[in-house]
Amino acid sequence: MELLLAILTGALYSAAFYMMLRRSLVKLMIGLVLLGHASNLLIFTLGRLSKYNPPVIPSDVEVMTGIFSDPVPQALILTAIVIGFGIQTFAIVLIKRVYQETGSDDLDKLISTDIPESSK
Amino acid sequence: MIMKELSILYPVFVPFATAIVCLIAWRNPRFQGWLTIAGMGTMLFFAFSLFQEASTGEIIVLQSGGWIAPYGITLAADIFSSVMVMLTAFIGFIVAFYSVPYIDPGRKSFGFWPLYNFLIFGVSGAFIAGDIFNLYVWFEIMLISSFVLLVLGGKKSQLEGAVKYVTLNFLSSAIFLAGIGILYSLTGTLNFADVALRVQQVEEKGLVTLASMFFLVSFGIKAAIFPLFFWLPASYHTPPVAVAAVFAGLLTKVGVYSLIRAFTLIFILDINYTHSVIMFISAFTMTVGVIGAAVQYDFRRVLSFHSVSQIGYMVMGLAIFTPLAIAGALFYMIHHSIVKTSLFLVSGVVRHLRGSFKLKYIGGIYRDFPWLAFLFLIPALSLAGLPPFSGFWAKFILVKAGIEADLIWLVLISLAVGLLTLFSMTKIWNEVFWTNEPEKHNDPESFSGSPGPLWMMILPVAIMVAATVLMGIFIAPFFEVVMNAAEQLMNRDLYIQTILNMR
Repeated sequence: MELLLAILTGALYSAAFYMMLRRSLVKLMIGLVLLGHASNLLIFTLGRLSKYNPPVIPSDVEVMTGIFSDPVPQALILTAIVIGFGIQTFAIVLIKRVYQETGSDDLDKLISTDIPESSK
Repeated sequence: MIMKELSILYPVFVPFATAIVCLIAWRNPRFQGWLTIAGMGTMLFFAFSLFQEASTGEIIVLQSGGWIAPYGITLAADIFSSVMVMLTAFIGFIVAFYSVPYIDPGRKSFGFWPLYNFLIFGVSGAFIAGDIFNLYVWFEIMLISSFVLLVLGGKKSQLEGAVKYVTLNFLSSAIFLAGIGILYSLTGTLNFADVALRVQQVEEKGLVTLASMFFLVSFGIKAAIFPLFFWLPASYHTPPVAVAAVFAGLLTKVGVYSLIRAFTLIFILDINYTHSVIMFISAFTMTVGVIGAAVQYDFRRVLSFHSVSQIGYMVMGLAIFTPLAIAGALFYMIHHSIVKTSLFLVSGVVRHLRGSFKLKYIGGIYRDFPWLAFLFLIPALSLAGLPPFSGFWAKFILVKAGIEADLIWLVLISLAVGLLTLFSMTKIWNEVFWTNEPEKHNDPESFSGSPGPLWMMILPVAIMVAATVLMGIFIAPFFEVVMNAAEQLMNRDLYIQTILNMR
């Protein structure tokens, strides 16, 4: 299972970077979304996969017994998903506005903020 | 006792509260503005009292919800954190005052003030986070507010700059998350102190160094170090000056703060490797930034590229890694926030008077407004590192630390970069203040319409300029504070024990 998830994470990362290196704004956006998923899956895999009990203490005992899975990575991923979702939503609106304003979805054309002004 | 712990929360809570009230009073931007100024003033007061408590050398820790250290979320303030929170409040207060006349009514009625408060909230929160994932969350609060502040107004250049800013910062967050995942799998904890303790027991030391590189790249993008800085000069000159001033003054400092925190507390197992990497990065950052500035002919773009160059100095202090060098880096952070913010604010005043940022369209300021020329000249010379201003001492401490550590080549680079900085500042000085005002003025992005009263823009600049002069003349108390902070940072056992032995 770890091997499968590791391959999947790697595939997501490579797909994300490939898409981000394309010139289209929409593909850049898809790349960002995939990148977020890849990171979340990486945390999930690194947080040890297990088939044990959920980390819930029964009402009649004081402490947890037996082997249980670690809730922290899941909490992290949940937070990261929500934050990533917000940023992606913002980014989608942003690329729409950029397209409306510049009439192009070619990243190589968005260079007006990079080239220096001529001197005189 | 309980009051003492809560004192860490007040300076962070105030901007949050004002942001909420601003959202409620959405239809009344004028009220929002004055509320923000009042809020920042209150925050400055609380930040100062936090600093007073922290400056005794005791680390103030708040275990939120009463959960003992590695299990709950820890907020911690040592001298370094409290100084940075105070700096945030100071810059926030000054720029809020400046924003009242400068920001146009359109932006104000679309939520400038709540966003500004949330930005300050995120920045100050990042400085007191005692938990890596908590730091990530503060980063995101800061980033999302900065995204919206950057595009607010929706001009073409702003949107283009925002594409680059958003993409690279999202990339940075994803790398940060991956680093958190790796570190968690190695140590099984997220608390800074606990991670720092357990990272020494990890058997595969190579994996720790691997994780450290994730953090270096992620924080490096935020701090804008070489070769990860390209988003900064592409975006910082697009929003209004008041926004750019806060970004340049505070946002990159959060990246530098996180770098210093991580590489003094957690990743010190393989100093020969990690800190040499940082050292080369710092040399390149200084040089590339200042050369990039040399070819720019827009007031704000010159300043943006200089930010990159100056980040190199702060990282240089971290790379040398002696208490004196760290103290130099901290002093540089404070000095640079104040000086860079005031230079950006001056560029806004110049635009108000002449209607443009482009050096070729402006001139003759010295003849018409000599006082403004001095308000520019002092921070510009301070940035270049001339005595008696704060920049001289910032560079002096770093150079002294470098010589003591036998890093002559690094010291020579930093001094050469100082000279080139002076060159860029002279360029602005000549073009803006000494040449005659050009007759034709056809800047397509020309500025029309009058912002508020001029004195509300001059007064904040004057306060900042006074701060850099005072920091230069009365260096001793400031140096004592940063030296104590640096010694506290280098004494990591104290931090670890204070946080883990609570209650």
